[in-house]
Amino acid sequence: MPEERGTPAGPVHVEGEVVATKRVGAYRHLTLSAPGIPERFRAGGFVAVTVAGHVARRALWIHRVRASSAFGPTLDVVVEVRGSGTAWLAAQPVGTRIAVTGPLGRPFALPKDAVSCLLVGEGYAAAPLFPLAERLRERGCAVSLVVSAPDEAHLLSALEARRSARSVTVLTADGSVGQRGGVADHVDDLVRRSDADVVYAAGPAAVLRSAAGAAERAGAWSQVAVECPTPCGTGLCHGCPLPVVGEDGVDRVVRACTEGPVVRGDRVRWDALIPPRDPA
Amino acid sequence: MSAALLGRVPGPVMVAAGCGGTGRELLPYAGPAGLDGLDLVTRSITLDARSGGPGPRVVEVPGGLVNAVGLPNPGLEHFLATELPWLVRAGARVFVSVAGATMGEYADLARRLSRAPGVAGLEVNVGAPDEAGAGLFEVREPYHAASVIAAVRREFPADRPVLAKLRPDVSRIVEGARACHEAGATAVVVGNAVPAAFRDGRPGGLSGPAIASVALRCVVEVHRALPDVPTIGCGGVHDVASARAFLDAGARGVQVGTALLHDPTTVTRLRAALLPVDPPTPEETP
Ligand SMILES: Cc1cc2nc3c(=O)[nH]c(=O)nc-3n(C[C@H](O)[C@H](O)[C@H](O)COP(=O)(O)OP(=O)(O)OC[C@H]3O[C@@H](n4cnc5c(N)ncnc54)[C@H](O)[C@@H]3O)c2cc1C
Repeated sequence: MPEERGTPAGPVHVEGEVVATKRVGAYRHLTLSAPGIPERFRAGGFVAVTVAGHVARRALWIHRVRASSAFGPTLDVVVEVRGSGTAWLAAQPVGTRIAVTGPLGRPFALPKDAVSCLLVGEGYAAAPLFPLAERLRERGCAVSLVVSAPDEAHLLSALEARRSARSVTVLTADGSVGQRGGVADHVDDLVRRSDADVVYAAGPAAVLRSAAGAAERAGAWSQVAVECPTPCGTGLCHGCPLPVVGEDGVDRVVRACTEGPVVRGDRVRWDALIPPRDPA
Repeated sequence: MSAALLGRVPGPVMVAAGCGGTGRELLPYAGPAGLDGLDLVTRSITLDARSGGPGPRVVEVPGGLVNAVGLPNPGLEHFLATELPWLVRAGARVFVSVAGATMGEYADLARRLSRAPGVAGLEVNVGAPDEAGAGLFEVREPYHAASVIAAVRREFPADRPVLAKLRPDVSRIVEGARACHEAGATAVVVGNAVPAAFRDGRPGGLSGPAIASVALRCVVEVHRALPDVPTIGCGGVHDVASARAFLDAGARGVQVGTALLHDPTTVTRLRAALLPVDPPTPEETP
């Protein structure tokens, strides 16, 4: 994607601070002051944050940025407590200082023309699709958004997305809200109904794989945001292998944090990424 | 061999092998001077391209990381054509880390790198934590390491430094350092990641603050036994105090590795704190 003129490029490493923290369903939404990051942000970018007492960093999708606020430039992240690092993050009060590096990674590529786009997000990983929906709408694209989760508590609120999306579909595995079922059950139908030219997906690998597959079957492009454990997030450690097929048709392993996290869905070697024993 | 013949010892702050990406990824965190003058050891380069090992390659343990990354690199040819020229252009002093399966591969790498413009020196990876797993020449005895260094030295100009990166094993480090220095190593990097295992028993290497005191002990022993052999401390350096501990123990410099994964600005900050500011030396005007 060509760099927009005047937009500062590349990540920055800054000392941020928790300026707001709020529980929303199963998640903790944190607002961090992070000078330098909002003006560099493009949808699909992420931040690496430092967790007290840990060497490795934790990657979080950027959910929203504000160029200016009472606290200066800020960004929002959505944290799901999984292990010690996310538990620490979710427990931090306003005022905690946190080193933040970002925006990192390759963001979603935007179509040149005003095409029809289907955005599919599962759980907290739907976070980067909201700013993406706004960008796409600004370009005149018809945006259909699908937010999916195991249950209502893990659903990112799609209320505000209704402004940027022509249609919003909610899926829960237990049927507690919206349609019952997962992305795999509905995605072919959703691609057809939205007449999508591009499918954007964010979530666990299995969700990305079904979205990419549905796009391919319908002759659409896909862009998937892959989460691989990223020890540093900055491309320095080569610790986040993502198996892909290169433009030249040759199998490669790239760094998910640097050559990804967003890649074309038809380029991912899903069988290598999702080991057969993994039930996901 | 006379020290003057072996090239200048780099430092006092270097980027450790395998923790600087391709070098480009450090640029956003390098401050206004960029990579100019930065002593950077590349990730280990092999003759042929390697895609690296399967995931998980790096896991966190208390105080550090266990890694088995598998030396992913584009191979010498591609490195010479793309990554090296970029680094040289950026002004970095490039020390190419070389790794091979045989003595012949090491010699080949050294010969071809000796002709590549802009290579400041070599670092020979003779103490990887899992050589068998990484498919490298196995260094079980100090003379194994020394013979690799000698093979590299034969092919590489005498006035440019060759660094020997050894395992921080206190029971063997003095012997290893002596043998490598006698074989022509300009300085000994002490040390590599400590042999360790993942939870499932898979071999890996432990790095980070957890190994700082282990590496420091090794530097102390080498310096005590071989005060004339220059050492470069590597292991858990993350701030001025941890770097100074190595320098105070006699090390000529330090390498920063795992700390960069935690904070990519670490080398920039340490250089600012530790690089000697050019003193006014009127008698030395060129
Ligand atoms: C690009 C990207 C964006 C992400 N965005 C978000 C987000 O917006 N919100 C959110 O809650 N989570 C997000 N994650 C996942 C989040 O980073 C992991 O859940 C978190 O690192 C786990 O840390 P922990 O200390 O809680 O768990 P632990 O199990 O204690 O973590 C141990 C180690 O494994 C790594 N790790 C474990 N699982 C993952 C994983 N799925 N992805 C990456 N690293 C992992 C950690 O970095 C750490 O080094 C994202 C991951 C990536 C790669």
